[in-house]
Amino acid sequence: MVLFIALPIASVVVQSLFVQHEQVMIEVENCGPFKCETVIQADPDATAALRESAPLGKYNALKTYTNRNHLAFNELGDIWSSSETFFGFISGVYNLPFYKALFFTLTYTFLVAPSVLILGLFIALGVNRLPQLVKGPTIFASLLPMIVTPLIGSLILFWMVDADGIIGATLQLIFNNPDLSLKASAPLTWIMLIIYGIWHSTPFAFVVFYAGLQTVPSDTLEAAQIDGASRWQRVRFVIVPYMMPLAIFILLMQLMDGLRVFEPIVGFSASAKATSLSWIIFNDLFGNAKLYGSAAATSMLTILFVCIILTPVLIRTWRDFNRKGI
Amino acid sequence: MTSSFKNNAPLLTWFATSMVVLWLLIAIGPFIWTVWGSFKVEGDFFSKADWRNAIYGVMTIVETGDSFTGNGYYGAWIEEEFWFNVFNTTVVVFFTVTISLTMGTLGGYALARSGFRYAFWLLILALIFRAMPHITLVSGYLLPFFEWNVWGKLSTTIVVLVAINQPFTLWMLHSFFLNIPKDMDESAMVDGCTRFQAFRHVIIPVMWPGVITTGLFSFLLAYNDFAITSMLLSSENQTMVPRIASFLGSVREQGNVMFAVAAVVSAIVPLFFLVLFFQRQIVSGLTAGAVKG
Amino acid sequence: MKYIKILSCAALMTGASFGSAFAGCGIESGRISILANDFPALHAVVSKAEECAGGAVTFAKNHTAKHQELQGPALTANPAEYTAKIVTNGSIVPLLTDGLLRPLDDLVAKHGQSLGKNQLITIDGKIMAVAFMANAQHLVVRQDILDKVGKPVPSTYEEVLETAEAIRAAGIMKYPFAMLTKADWNLGEEVVNMYLGHGGEFFKPGTAEASVNNAKGVATLEMLKSLMEYSNPDFLTYNTGAVVPLWESGELAMAEIWGSSMGSLLDDEGSTPAVVSNTVPANAPTVGGGSNPASTLWWDGFSIAKNISDEDAEATFIALVNGVSTEMVKANNDKAVWLMDAYVPGKSAEGVSMVAAAGAEPYPMLPYMGLLHGAFVAEVPDFLQGNESAEQTLADIEAAYTAAAQEKGFLK
Repeated sequence: MVLFIALPIASVVVQSLFVQHEQVMIEVENCGPFKCETVIQADPDATAALRESAPLGKYNALKTYTNRNHLAFNELGDIWSSSETFFGFISGVYNLPFYKALFFTLTYTFLVAPSVLILGLFIALGVNRLPQLVKGPTIFASLLPMIVTPLIGSLILFWMVDADGIIGATLQLIFNNPDLSLKASAPLTWIMLIIYGIWHSTPFAFVVFYAGLQTVPSDTLEAAQIDGASRWQRVRFVIVPYMMPLAIFILLMQLMDGLRVFEPIVGFSASAKATSLSWIIFNDLFGNAKLYGSAAATSMLTILFVCIILTPVLIRTWRDFNRKGI
Repeated sequence: MTSSFKNNAPLLTWFATSMVVLWLLIAIGPFIWTVWGSFKVEGDFFSKADWRNAIYGVMTIVETGDSFTGNGYYGAWIEEEFWFNVFNTTVVVFFTVTISLTMGTLGGYALARSGFRYAFWLLILALIFRAMPHITLVSGYLLPFFEWNVWGKLSTTIVVLVAINQPFTLWMLHSFFLNIPKDMDESAMVDGCTRFQAFRHVIIPVMWPGVITTGLFSFLLAYNDFAITSMLLSSENQTMVPRIASFLGSVREQGNVMFAVAAVVSAIVPLFFLVLFFQRQIVSGLTAGAVKG
Repeated sequence: MKYIKILSCAALMTGASFGSAFAGCGIESGRISILANDFPALHAVVSKAEECAGGAVTFAKNHTAKHQELQGPALTANPAEYTAKIVTNGSIVPLLTDGLLRPLDDLVAKHGQSLGKNQLITIDGKIMAVAFMANAQHLVVRQDILDKVGKPVPSTYEEVLETAEAIRAAGIMKYPFAMLTKADWNLGEEVVNMYLGHGGEFFKPGTAEASVNNAKGVATLEMLKSLMEYSNPDFLTYNTGAVVPLWESGELAMAEIWGSSMGSLLDDEGSTPAVVSNTVPANAPTVGGGSNPASTLWWDGFSIAKNISDEDAEATFIALVNGVSTEMVKANNDKAVWLMDAYVPGKSAEGVSMVAAAGAEPYPMLPYMGLLHGAFVAEVPDFLQGNESAEQTLADIEAAYTAAAQEKGFLK
């Protein structure tokens, strides 16, 4: 198992520290069905010789991390010195691809995770009150958004929110604006992605919370009721504290998944308005260029962000472990 | 529990019920729309002219003479032989779930009962691995897999899916086993059982809810995966989701969207039965397992 | 569309069931394994090649949209997973750069008598691929709407703007124009087309340094922005899959699309007879007084992997020559614009033929073109949404390109 877990991470770390060899270029004449032309081409034999001597490529230290397509330290410095207002600085930073993606990723994560938590809890409380007979189908229906592939779930919704689709057309009617298009405006695209994220993840929180509700000791609840606690007080002071470990578990998973958000951006064709860290990685790997070093560096930065955000949870687990220790 | 609250606040009951109904509409609305649309032709499903066409099937009547058509299903299942992908998915899902549950159960049990620090670090490593975007991993796997001549095979994909799924499985089952009191297997061991016998006779009977819940999440991962299966499987071994994506067309060609829609609907059907079947276990399993975070 | 599917299916089934009966093509043994993109024309070629399978000849094929991601690792392995790759003038470049393809001169001399001279792709004097079909973006117009506003078929993008304005002013359509401007590879392609239409050069001569931050670059971006005034505000999500249904539902009067989409515009599915009968392919417009149409020419062809035995290479080559035979062209005449002599161009091929005849440039086969294309994709949407000036965007493009090219070793 260590092999599967540690090895790939190690190889990605190594990859992120190297760039490709300098390409040896030669001038060649190419002919195709349309015409002949003289172009510059990489010389595979000469490059192969270079590769032979150092298979990993050219050692680049952390320069990939600091170039314009990642943390962009030099560009940040330039923007800082050239922009007069703070707002100018921010918009300059936002123009850099990595920070643009980071901004969306964090916004998405920090809006989706808490919303999912709260919504999930309320739905669980609501479903818990339903008569036994309809509970089963309700649970299945509530799980649907989670169990359908994100790639396809987002495609379905993408068709529906089209200006000519049912949701898009209804919104135009409600806001009485025939030009309203969720796909055309950046803020609306963000809102759409975030709502999709909540829609997709709420069932997970719901199932976990609903399960937790079944174990809330009924004597504690009854005691609270006898003491004159209102319904809200019972939820606030009995149920919520009891469910705290569950909430942390959900939060952990949601934060992690949020930071890796990718499928909805592809499904909603939203990359012009919103990019995420995972999307940048995808683009580096499978776009027009195969930038393995770049993708590895962005992956490492993603993991770094996950670690920073999860530190509080990790510390808690560490304490649990120590307590448990023999 | 419900019974003790029956006495108060009809307004609240009304509010809670309507909220659930609203949620249900939001949750299943898109699927009802898709299921309905899957029996139309593409002109209606997109219904650029007027979205109400999708409901009445105006173009469907023009093209097929009826307001419902099974062309999408016929195309996907018969012409494009979608059943073949369904079969591949079944194989991948079955083995992924079985292997990751077996490893997860044993590993989770060991971690939960071990007081050593390395157990913690293993879990942390597992967590970091989970944080790694899958596509990064896949692109790293490609060349070695081609070199070893194992690319494109179902077994390779199963191994990768298990590896990617293991951190979550391990984490969840670990916290589940933490919840089973230590006294249970320790008293069995005092009675002369070996560690394995204790596991066999004491733990296995009580672990099913946790295992089934974890299994459901493993199932969903293997069933829904696109990033890995689309890159690691050759076309004769392709699973459902990448196949559906290929119905949608490529840069220079328009795909056959209705095949994709019909296939999507078909892909949801087995999930329906699965959830209905395991619903009770999912709930009790999560209760027992995840509470410790 | 459905007919095409059925046809390709039928072809596939004949290939499978009679494969052994037809086995021959003069191959005795060998391994044939083909990686290709996933669309009907390529299915036709590969299925025809499959007829050579049988006996000691093993055959495998993989049609996938992920072919570009797989080709590098698959052909690097030794022996290579695939003995042949169906490439375009875009996807062949990384394979050439990494030296993964085999020169075909001896095989062509031995088995390639049926191939036309125009099909042979030579790189540095060596034949590296055999092209069999062409593709290009061109204009398609609705004749009835042009007649209503009394305008001729536009031959320049300036005329496209005028005509679009006339259509809007007449109250026929608010957004009469569309091109493939989805913010992925598609948009990059439109920028490339438009820049070449202006007569621009992407790189400083003899180097890998980008030079797009110039007057032609600004004109390119400004023209795209003006055109987008007449395209639906959702234009950044428009790919072939979005524009074709839009056209078929009669919501567009002019569109710039791939020649390979013409077939589905002209068939009787998904549209009304009124729209289909007035759908007319036209040449890709010129722009900014340039003489070449603002479009790039593409070819699809096959190439053979280097890391395989000579025997397998020969078997694969013979099979693929059979795949592009006269027989295949006759059976699949309307699926593509074939480069073989047996091809009889139909109405759906008119656009591509016009673009080729008007002297459009082939898409640049430079190893670092993909990086610049990627930089277009990343930076141009900001400009089209009005977030920044053309100069700023072009500077960003060059900066993004430089960072990527340094990582790939094209720039120091």
